[in-house]
Amino acid sequence: MSEFVSMRSVIEASYFIAAILFIFGLKRMSSPVTARGGIIWAGAGMVVATVVTFLYPGMGNYALMMVAIFIGGVAAWVSGKKVAMTDMPQMIALYNGMGGGAAAAIAAVELLGGGDHSLVFGILAVLGGMIGAVSFSGSLVAFAKLQGLMKRTFRFSGQQFVNLLLLAATVVIAGVIVFAHGDINLIMIFFLLALLLGITMTLPIGGADMPVVISLYNALTGLAVAFEGFVLQNAAMIIAGTVVGSAGTLLTQLMAKAMNRSLANVLFSGFGDEAAEASEITGSMKPIEAPDVAVMMAFADKVLIVPGYGMAVAQAQHKVWELAQLLKDRGVDVKFAIHPVAGRMPGHMNVLLAEAGVPYDIIYDEDEINAEFATADVALVIGANDVVNPVARTDPASPIYGMPILNADHAKNVIVIKRGQGAGFSGIENALFFLDQTRMLYGDGQEMASQLIQEVKSL
Amino acid sequence: MIDGFIALYIFMLAAFTGYEIIGRVPSILHTPLMSGSNFVHGIVLVGAMVALGRADTTLELVVGFIGVILGAGNAVGGYVVTERMLEMFKSSKEKSS
Repeated sequence: MSEFVSMRSVIEASYFIAAILFIFGLKRMSSPVTARGGIIWAGAGMVVATVVTFLYPGMGNYALMMVAIFIGGVAAWVSGKKVAMTDMPQMIALYNGMGGGAAAAIAAVELLGGGDHSLVFGILAVLGGMIGAVSFSGSLVAFAKLQGLMKRTFRFSGQQFVNLLLLAATVVIAGVIVFAHGDINLIMIFFLLALLLGITMTLPIGGADMPVVISLYNALTGLAVAFEGFVLQNAAMIIAGTVVGSAGTLLTQLMAKAMNRSLANVLFSGFGDEAAEASEITGSMKPIEAPDVAVMMAFADKVLIVPGYGMAVAQAQHKVWELAQLLKDRGVDVKFAIHPVAGRMPGHMNVLLAEAGVPYDIIYDEDEINAEFATADVALVIGANDVVNPVARTDPASPIYGMPILNADHAKNVIVIKRGQGAGFSGIENALFFLDQTRMLYGDGQEMASQLIQEVKSL
Repeated sequence: MIDGFIALYIFMLAAFTGYEIIGRVPSILHTPLMSGSNFVHGIVLVGAMVALGRADTTLELVVGFIGVILGAGNAVGGYVVTERMLEMFKSSKEKSS
């Protein structure tokens, strides 16, 4: 018996250490200087917690457990190593969905086992299961949308009402399950409804808002894990889940704010539903050739580069960094200006630039750099569109009105590298392209960057 | 036993901790940090292992098995992508050395 007790203490102590490592790791991850060490600390915590769980008293099915860990672990390892940096957001959605599914599975096993759960435990198990299932199916839809497997957004009138009805039905059945222990049919219906709810909630949300939704589901999975932690009396799950739940909620708010959208707005309305009567833009787009741009930048004092998702799609970030280095060698002050929602989600563009080898201390946030555009000789806009559109400041009728933008239009010269003359992600004409000091360099991002490199070298 | 108010206290303190950690994070780290927190809730793997370990009926075994696969996917996948992203964050000094 004493052996049993001490085993229990070893397990509890290990979970305690794991919880500390998680919190410490997350804290380190919130600064770019220490971030790399942070994930390793948290990883160590995960290894400790997983290994010690094999010693848990009263368990069997170890062979099955090992096989399942192997299957899930290897599949995730291979896919995670292979995925391109541009596809990172949907991968996060996928892994997050898996966590939600695991939480739902725990709830299902506990509920199916019936037993003598107290009322509180029943409620928490059901709640965690429901949130986990919604997060699971919702995240899979988000993944499918960003991966391009699902192109359309499905909307019909009364959709909110149907969702509300689904939610109500799920909650009612959840209530019944809490009191009727172990009814297999009810439990099945409950989880099917919750899964369906996750799908119908996510379908009407447009691709541009997906990052906020993924972040929300991340927070929800954390909450589900915490609830199941209470059910299993596992302190590590409670603490880690709750920390992620609250951190994720805050992160979701920060993202929504950076995109100038409220969370309610993201969840309950489609972007660009109401066709706004934006005022007509006058003027013309003036083309320019690469040699002229090269001269302009090589003899400038300060060049600000504004990259957008288009640059990443063209895989031009390496060339752009090479160009920036050439200019720096000539004594030009080169800085990268990043809008919070450049790329697919806040911070995504920084990851893509980091991949190309751009050091993070010449990459600046919108609020750090915006005043500097007035003193810049050249603003080089490559693959970015809506985030530099001045109508966000001037035209109240525009759907992006009020969104914070990079003040590229304040620079003495603006060069826009762009494939063709089309409008941006949101389908809104960009007033920046029509300004007197703006010149358009038409072509593929990578090709144009290469040409600019050649031209600067030959000067 | 973690019960009643003890549970509430843990919940409250952990919630504040999470809020404080993210408080003043620069937006350049939003994506890696979301990925990192996604990894941390991979601790669900531990719970799924316990659930599978205690499962009796075939249905429970199947659900528990799937749960462990999903939990392992969350933990391992979350770690790999976060590590890959953070690996690339280097300052100018580190680059030249």
